[in-house]
Amino acid sequence: MKFLEYKAKEIFARYRIPVPQGVVAASPADILDPPLPCMVKAQVLVGGRGKAGGIKAAESLDEARTVAGQILGMDIHGFRVKQVYLEERLDIGQELYLGVTIDRSAREPLLMASAMGGIDIEAVPHDRIYMEHIPTVVGIQPYLVRSLLKQLALPKEVGDQIASIVGHVYDLFRKEDAELVEINPLVVTKAGGVVAGDAKLVIDDNAEYRHPEYASLDQDRTPLEQEAHDKGITFIQLDGDIGVIANGAGLTMATLDILGLKGGRGGTFLDLGGTDDPGKVKQAFEILIKAAPSVILLNIFGGITKADTVALGVKQALEEMHTKIPVVARIKGVNEAQAKEMLRSIGMYPAETVEEAAELAVKVKSGGP
Amino acid sequence: MAVLLSKKSRVLVQGITGHQGQFHTRAMLDFGTKVVAGVTPGKGGTKVEGVPVFDGVREAVHRRRANASIIFVPAAYAKDAAIEAIEAGLKLVVIITERIPFHDCLEVMPLARSRGCVVIGPNCPGLASPGQAKMGIMPNQLFKEGDAGVISRSGTLTYEIVNAMTEAGFGQTTCIGIGGDPIIGTSMVDALAMFQKDRKTKRIVVVGEIGGTAEEEAADFIERRVTKPVVAYVAGRTAPPGKRMGHAGAIIQGNRGTAESKVKAFEAAGVPVAEYPVGIPRLLAAT
Repeated sequence: MKFLEYKAKEIFARYRIPVPQGVVAASPADILDPPLPCMVKAQVLVGGRGKAGGIKAAESLDEARTVAGQILGMDIHGFRVKQVYLEERLDIGQELYLGVTIDRSAREPLLMASAMGGIDIEAVPHDRIYMEHIPTVVGIQPYLVRSLLKQLALPKEVGDQIASIVGHVYDLFRKEDAELVEINPLVVTKAGGVVAGDAKLVIDDNAEYRHPEYASLDQDRTPLEQEAHDKGITFIQLDGDIGVIANGAGLTMATLDILGLKGGRGGTFLDLGGTDDPGKVKQAFEILIKAAPSVILLNIFGGITKADTVALGVKQALEEMHTKIPVVARIKGVNEAQAKEMLRSIGMYPAETVEEAAELAVKVKSGGP
Repeated sequence: MAVLLSKKSRVLVQGITGHQGQFHTRAMLDFGTKVVAGVTPGKGGTKVEGVPVFDGVREAVHRRRANASIIFVPAAYAKDAAIEAIEAGLKLVVIITERIPFHDCLEVMPLARSRGCVVIGPNCPGLASPGQAKMGIMPNQLFKEGDAGVISRSGTLTYEIVNAMTEAGFGQTTCIGIGGDPIIGTSMVDALAMFQKDRKTKRIVVVGEIGGTAEEEAADFIERRVTKPVVAYVAGRTAPPGKRMGHAGAIIQGNRGTAESKVKAFEAAGVPVAEYPVGIPRLLAAT
């Protein structure tokens, strides 16, 4: 789960991480009493909004409304701006970076900090980033904070504030099941205060059940992806025109790759899972058909899944939805012959191997096998 | 011999009374696995497929001398189940369960390591040593005894590849499905080290996918430490950045975790990479 900046900052505030004052608005008329002077910031689940013109300054209420009107509705890297956040303008003395993420290789949280904040952390030279693994169960110990502050070389009053922020950030990271907590920039104001200029928060989807309060938040999904998600179906829309459905994530990825090698382009990633329930197959096909592909490429490697059960689900779905979309199918598994016969009987195209199925899908798409 | 499990392994099934647990207990018995006990809290004293069920892991270990466990319990209870198994002294724990919160795994994996317990998974199809035993959900009929070790982040894609290997006459020592999550107990490098050490294993197949840097680390390890021939397949060449491709771990972040980077790393380490999954046997034939 990704969070818009203002939502992340609400959560930050709960963990006593200092954030600037701000108000969120969905239309200029909603703006009544913003902090002034302020920054008007587009709320989108994608980076690079500043460069795209999604962050602007305003001095007065009128100007704030005008600027908000310009930013609302903007398209930033494919995301429409539905909300703006009007935030107290900071008197910036220095910009730092602070983040906690999961290091897959070490299987531990990784604390990162840098005196070079305000730019993409990927662009900061490695020797300018303080990185330390945190043993999950014991958490951050004081010596780590001491060595971090030494590396950042900050005055004591600032260092003390950062020490407490680091603790709160790690606390949030653990308690909220975060994959990433990132403050970039972490602003040191000219007056010597420390405050989170921006807030990036990603929470593990697998932990959604522990945080039901976040379930209704907007994610970066297309309406059809959202519908599939709500039904528990793993589905991603891609920019090709061939609807790919397979069982298992790895096999679905491989099927898309094979289609690519045969000159086709996948329009969907749909993982049917390990199911042999015709009802589930039907539900998946309903989503797939709504994506309006020119042809559907089905690849099932059933070990336990019965091929004819899958074929029956496909047949029922196609008949009930009265669709004319051709289906090329490779179903391997128990009762393979019956499955092929069933598909052939409704005018579909059974294939022996994935490679053959992918070739056939490309041919059917361009006017017949 | 195979790695991790053999005919002698005494397997415990946690979550044995559930649909998955029951179904796969039958399949594992059919494969020749010594399934000696099951655990489902509250169902102690019953039997599943003739296997005695206990309320807790300690009891199962004490009464039936189980020394390895396979976990089918739902995600919300999987951390508890895994820690119960590790603390009961089991040295091999296979977690099939998918969608376990990452932070639970951040707690479980270091504990396992400190207790000398090998964890496989989570979100994995498990382990199979043909002619020996199986702790997993892979279809029994795919396998054939042989000298290739298989390491994979995927489930059904592995079935496809193992099936092609078996059809082409390349049997397996052990097939390890390491899992599709970001935090897993046994990494690709750990599994490579096991196969390098195993005398029966003469060649190794690695099935990778986008996301993370496991394949790059594996390539580096192969270059330095693996003397046996290794061949690979990498899924996700056409996957777009920023999207989780079904597996929690299969995501290209920025320019990290791409298939190109992984293929390049393997090739630089002298590991041929198949274009198609079924191309693996042809690469093996050249080893």
